[in-house]
Amino acid sequence: MMWALRRWVQSAATVLSNAYALFPFTRNIYQGKLKSVCVPGLNCYSCPAATGACPLGSLQTIFANIRPSFKAGNFHIGLYVLGMLGITGSLVGRMPCAWVCPFGFLQELIHKIPSRKIEIPHWMIYIKYGFLALFVILLPLIVVDGLGYGTTWFCKYVCPTGTLEAGIPMLILQPQLRELAGLLYLNKIAILIVFLVLMVFIRRPFCRTVCPLGAIYSFFNKVSVFRMVHHPDTCVLCKECYKGCPMGVRFYEGANQPDCIRCLKCMQESCKFDAISYEFAGLPVKEEKAESAKSP
Amino acid sequence: MWNTKKSGFLLLLLFLVVLVIGINAGEVAAVWEKAVNICLSCVGIG
Repeated sequence: MMWALRRWVQSAATVLSNAYALFPFTRNIYQGKLKSVCVPGLNCYSCPAATGACPLGSLQTIFANIRPSFKAGNFHIGLYVLGMLGITGSLVGRMPCAWVCPFGFLQELIHKIPSRKIEIPHWMIYIKYGFLALFVILLPLIVVDGLGYGTTWFCKYVCPTGTLEAGIPMLILQPQLRELAGLLYLNKIAILIVFLVLMVFIRRPFCRTVCPLGAIYSFFNKVSVFRMVHHPDTCVLCKECYKGCPMGVRFYEGANQPDCIRCLKCMQESCKFDAISYEFAGLPVKEEKAESAKSP
Repeated sequence: MWNTKKSGFLLLLLFLVVLVIGINAGEVAAVWEKAVNICLSCVGIG
């Protein structure tokens, strides 16, 4: 039940984040007031259908323009975006990755393609913190041109979401942009293709190893108002939670690990021993389990 | 001992304050301005 509900929420979030249906006629991106609000998931704001701003792109832009902004007397340091991310993280931790992120949804759908599945080494989940520190914060802040302007390093050199949602559609909609596409564009297309292939074999490869937005939300998992609870007294270490987890989290080793995206699949479908539950504001929440997960 | 049950609400309050400061500093317009123009970096040509 919960699993079906999540699919509906993911679909609705993907459509709502990309609901500007007039782009085939305007051949341009949406430019309304909603674009001042950041969506909670990774969704490129240069996607012709995007209705909101990408929190990562917005944050990088503010960091990249921090010197000229200060010179002009505008002390923009990213508090608005950090506030939105912090409010979401404080409430639900990394839950947006599971429920409303369009790119996370895409990865889960592609992973359904029948194939031999591969597990990544555990240390790889820490790479995303390097991308956050380097490509989102330090490089946009430090590497600047003569006028003091930096660049959005993660968007420019890495983000496959931007390539998929903006790079390909915008070159179709605006033919004059095709003349400008060179090595940089090919690099981004190559990164996108690599991740699309990896998604078939590996559970959410981008979320687990690269996504700086997931890295930001992960800091809140241990302290958010919504939290998962592990009951070691009933846990039999069958590892079914790990086998079914879209993020490869070993829940039996402890609740609220940085990569737990609170999809609730382990609680609803995998665990047959009532060893997993969740709480809101410290209050335990009781839920009916899926038929497949009732006690043996 | 730090009460982890209250920490979420304290952080929520803190980030609400951060958000309000950001809004007062005019960052909403800065985000909008960037988001309504095609980001050439995102597209892969700039």
